[in-house]
Amino acid sequence: MSTHQPPMPQAPGAPDWQAAPGGSYPGYTSPIPVVRTHLGHAVASEWTKIRSVRSTIWTLSVFVFLVVGIGLLVGALVSAHASESSLSGTNPLSFGFFGLLVGNMCVITLGVLTTASEYGTGMIRTTMTACPSRGRVLAAKAIVFFVVAFVVSLVSVTFVAMVQSSMLSGSGTESPSGGAWLKATVGVSLYMALLGLLALFVGSIIRHSAGGITIMIGLVLAPLVLALFMATESLHSVRDFLFEYSFPSQLGVFYDSTLSGSGPRGWDPLWIMLGLAAVAGAGAYALLRNRDV
Amino acid sequence: MIELDGLTKRYGEKVAVDGLTCTVRPGIVTGFLGPNGAGKSTTMRMILGLDHPTAGDVRIDGSRYEQLTDPLTCVGALLDAKAMHGGRSAYNHLLCLAQSNGIPRARVGEVLETVGLMAVARQKAKGFSYGMSQRLGIAAALLGDPRILMFDEPVNGLDPEGIHWIRNLMRSLAAQGRTVFVSSHLMSEMAQTADHLIVIGQGRLLADTSMADFIRRHARSYVRVRSPQRERLLDALHEAGVTAVEAADGALEAEGDKAEQIGELAAGHGIVLHELSPRQASLEEAFMRLTAGSVEYHAQSAAAPGNWGADRQGGTA
Repeated sequence: MSTHQPPMPQAPGAPDWQAAPGGSYPGYTSPIPVVRTHLGHAVASEWTKIRSVRSTIWTLSVFVFLVVGIGLLVGALVSAHASESSLSGTNPLSFGFFGLLVGNMCVITLGVLTTASEYGTGMIRTTMTACPSRGRVLAAKAIVFFVVAFVVSLVSVTFVAMVQSSMLSGSGTESPSGGAWLKATVGVSLYMALLGLLALFVGSIIRHSAGGITIMIGLVLAPLVLALFMATESLHSVRDFLFEYSFPSQLGVFYDSTLSGSGPRGWDPLWIMLGLAAVAGAGAYALLRNRDV
Repeated sequence: MIELDGLTKRYGEKVAVDGLTCTVRPGIVTGFLGPNGAGKSTTMRMILGLDHPTAGDVRIDGSRYEQLTDPLTCVGALLDAKAMHGGRSAYNHLLCLAQSNGIPRARVGEVLETVGLMAVARQKAKGFSYGMSQRLGIAAALLGDPRILMFDEPVNGLDPEGIHWIRNLMRSLAAQGRTVFVSSHLMSEMAQTADHLIVIGQGRLLADTSMADFIRRHARSYVRVRSPQRERLLDALHEAGVTAVEAADGALEAEGDKAEQIGELAAGHGIVLHELSPRQASLEEAFMRLTAGSVEYHAQSAAAPGNWGADRQGGTA
């Protein structure tokens, strides 16, 4: 039974706002302490977001499964079938390459979803209402995602590298140097995290999960696929460029296994990816600032 | 306090909000009324800094929304109940919002309690009914215990119990001295909740008035009379000083609340009456008349809304 009455019209001027002294705004005062928000709050919020959805758990589990599974499989196959002479001078860490070649899709997917999925659900409006500084939101997402992607990559890649090198030790492979170890673990993990960061910014620009993932997979695969079919001699230089700078080829640089003799060397792929991510990040920020949410 | 100053939003050629200037004050519920497509949601998005105004300005207690350092303790808003990640639990949804503003974790439990979602706090929002999502959206709005609350069509999709609950909630929030700004396209809903009305149509301000004033001005009572001896009745009414006009269907409509007087008058003159009924023009009709010129999507039907409008205008002339 409703006891609700139609509102009794108030006497004119009843609200006490008119008594407000100039400059201050009257009304309700909350007992909750007022906090000046900063980037740390946004990072904590994004951490809760990324850990509380199933897509994160799925993409990262599949990533670990692929990297570790393929890594162990390749290691076992090589140690079972290769003769000592065929492995002489080979870097045993280079067999970790195959898992990442497939696993990068998961990092890309998670990167795109971190930003683009909020547009699909409308959550972005809630997010931007809670934190009107759009740059801060993007920065918090980038930081949280980068750390998560880097840590997960580093743990799985290091595990695979250790298992493979112990599997293949004594089978004629050379003992990898400290530099080779660093590149095959920290280097390649930074590379994967930066690739995911690029995907995150692309997701923010495209604002559509499926579209963002498609673009990123295209970026990763298209150059290599195009180059494969460039048989004409006149396209020779284009083909070589696409080969050398294609994503799989650059990933191989971390293991000193590339498709050609020239092209990026040493830590070059990391700087290239850093540059790409920085450009995409600047673009994403500029668009985020100016577009309506 | 929310102050709009010449707020304008254009999408290409189309003007969604056109030079809106008004103030939403604390301590009362302000209804934001307009037909579908009038620009209510666009205005609310601009207040929250989500959409950039083409021209004009909007201030929250004197500052722009983007300048607020503690937005959720200042403004709580429910724009779209489904604006959340379906895979996240109600608790985590609120937790990430609380963390972004440094609001103590304990508040999450408190607001879940307030809206009655404690039992489903750990369930994914995907499985929520519209009414439950609406409650979760309200919980998010209340999270920072804000001075200003905005609700965009909050009663949509709620059952009668939910509607009753939200009405009381809005009125109690206003009674605590908060600014409550609530949009609706239903005048009847606003009549039961709002103290003040801001009416827009096609992005333009049509009325900015207190609810009491609106009722006084628009909710006229009249008496509907039907008689086979209409001319005699008209004369008798005229003699007695009662203004009456013909309605479209041949009945008469006499101004005021004078059913007894008219009945006695007819009896005195020996006039047969077939109908004698006191009526009240609804606020909904008054609202529709106000916005008739600015409704964007007219339904094409034989009984166009203009009909009763002409009818009532004749009746009140």
